[in-house]
Amino acid sequence: MCLAIPGQVIELVDEANQIAKVDVVGVRRNINVSLLTTDGDRARPGDWVLIHVGFALSKVDEEEAHATLDLLQRMGADYEQELEELKASVIE
Amino acid sequence: MKYVDEYRDAQLGQAVATQILSEVDPDRHYKVMEVCGGHTHSIYKYGIDDLLPANVELVHGPGCPVCVIPMGRVDDGIAIAHHDGVIFTCFGDMMRVPGSEHTLLEAKAQGADVRMVYSPLDALRIARENPDREVVFFAIGFETTAPSTALTLKRAKAEGLRNFSCVCNHVTIVPPLRALLESPDLRLDGFIGPGHVCTVVGARPFHFIPADYGRPVVISGFEPLDILQSILMILRQLRGGRHEVENQYRRVVPDEGNLRALQVMAEVFALRPHFEWRGLGFISQSALRLSDAYAEFDAEQRFATPSVRVADPKACQCGEVLKGVIKPWECKVFGTACTPEHAIGTCMVSPEGACAAYYNFGRYARQREAV
Ligand code: SF4
Repeated sequence: MCLAIPGQVIELVDEANQIAKVDVVGVRRNINVSLLTTDGDRARPGDWVLIHVGFALSKVDEEEAHATLDLLQRMGADYEQELEELKASVIE
Repeated sequence: MKYVDEYRDAQLGQAVATQILSEVDPDRHYKVMEVCGGHTHSIYKYGIDDLLPANVELVHGPGCPVCVIPMGRVDDGIAIAHHDGVIFTCFGDMMRVPGSEHTLLEAKAQGADVRMVYSPLDALRIARENPDREVVFFAIGFETTAPSTALTLKRAKAEGLRNFSCVCNHVTIVPPLRALLESPDLRLDGFIGPGHVCTVVGARPFHFIPADYGRPVVISGFEPLDILQSILMILRQLRGGRHEVENQYRRVVPDEGNLRALQVMAEVFALRPHFEWRGLGFISQSALRLSDAYAEFDAEQRFATPSVRVADPKACQCGEVLKGVIKPWECKVFGTACTPEHAIGTCMVSPEGACAAYYNFGRYARQREAV
């Protein structure tokens, strides 16, 4: 649960509850993006975000996202485990 | 320098390692603490300590949330899980954390309905789907994770969910650092600041370290190159006689943190007067409970929890590991009685724990070095 994984926002699925669909290495799941709504900013389709326990923590640029994914992939088992847990997640 | 080729920019990694060498005073021994378990993990995985001069020592800090949960809290969780009609939810990392007699995984084998969730929002969905059951979420984590629990509880309240509650074990990072700085048996020269915690709290909470203790802090990213760069920045400060909070991870961490996260935390949580940390004892104002406005969601109030204090097992030296006083392999049971499969202490359970990180990566590095 300590990992933060990058994903790309596909669409906002529930505006009121700030739930967005994201793509994490091909896995599409819903997460909460309300922490990104400071200073009039918000999550938009195409944004890369760091995801921790189903919540977007912060936006990152694409290069950072790819570098982080690369690092995570090389971590092996712990990353696989985190992805499995993400796959089992159904956030509404 | 066998690991450098794995870096995003291998040449740069090598260059930073060389610069580090030029910054150190050969007559001095440096102890730099990486606060966060995520950093510990990267350090062992990439053999970062092998790239450092012998007189720069990395000391592992208390920043692994699973590692610091005391046994009494696990026992409380298990007691709640055994209540009739309860669905008990927690992160996967919690399942194998030893309580005084059992783990949550063993409680599940004995018939308790314990379910692993990826997010507190999954626990909330389970509560919606099971209106006739009590759904309890065992919340753990530092400031990185606490806003998630807070936002989940806000949603539960907005929906008027009556069958959802939360055992709040959230802890805050500053009080244990202050306790370590006050501790006479450990002289630390600088801190690698916890990148993800800082996305929430920002740089400000760490200013007391230079201000009150005259030590540098550099907030760091998680790539090997980030960590090396942060170590270099700390050594530069020390050489220049400076001590301040610098932000190496500015591409992700804004200095002011995430105001929205801080605001929901302030609304949903209140500081506990004391909280017990595994191996570190009681630290005042170091943990969060649910605020009075959210008392109806407090599982500790909803279920009478035993809240018994249980001493750590005698063989366990997690406290010394969490304080950085000993290295994982110096614990008497490391790798023998205590392994990730059968952990005695928590530092062996979470992949971010220093003992597990060293068990999984470090010992191989040492073996490779020996050949
Ligand atoms: S080896 Fe086990 S008991 Fe010893 S400090 Fe590490 S986790 Fe604790």
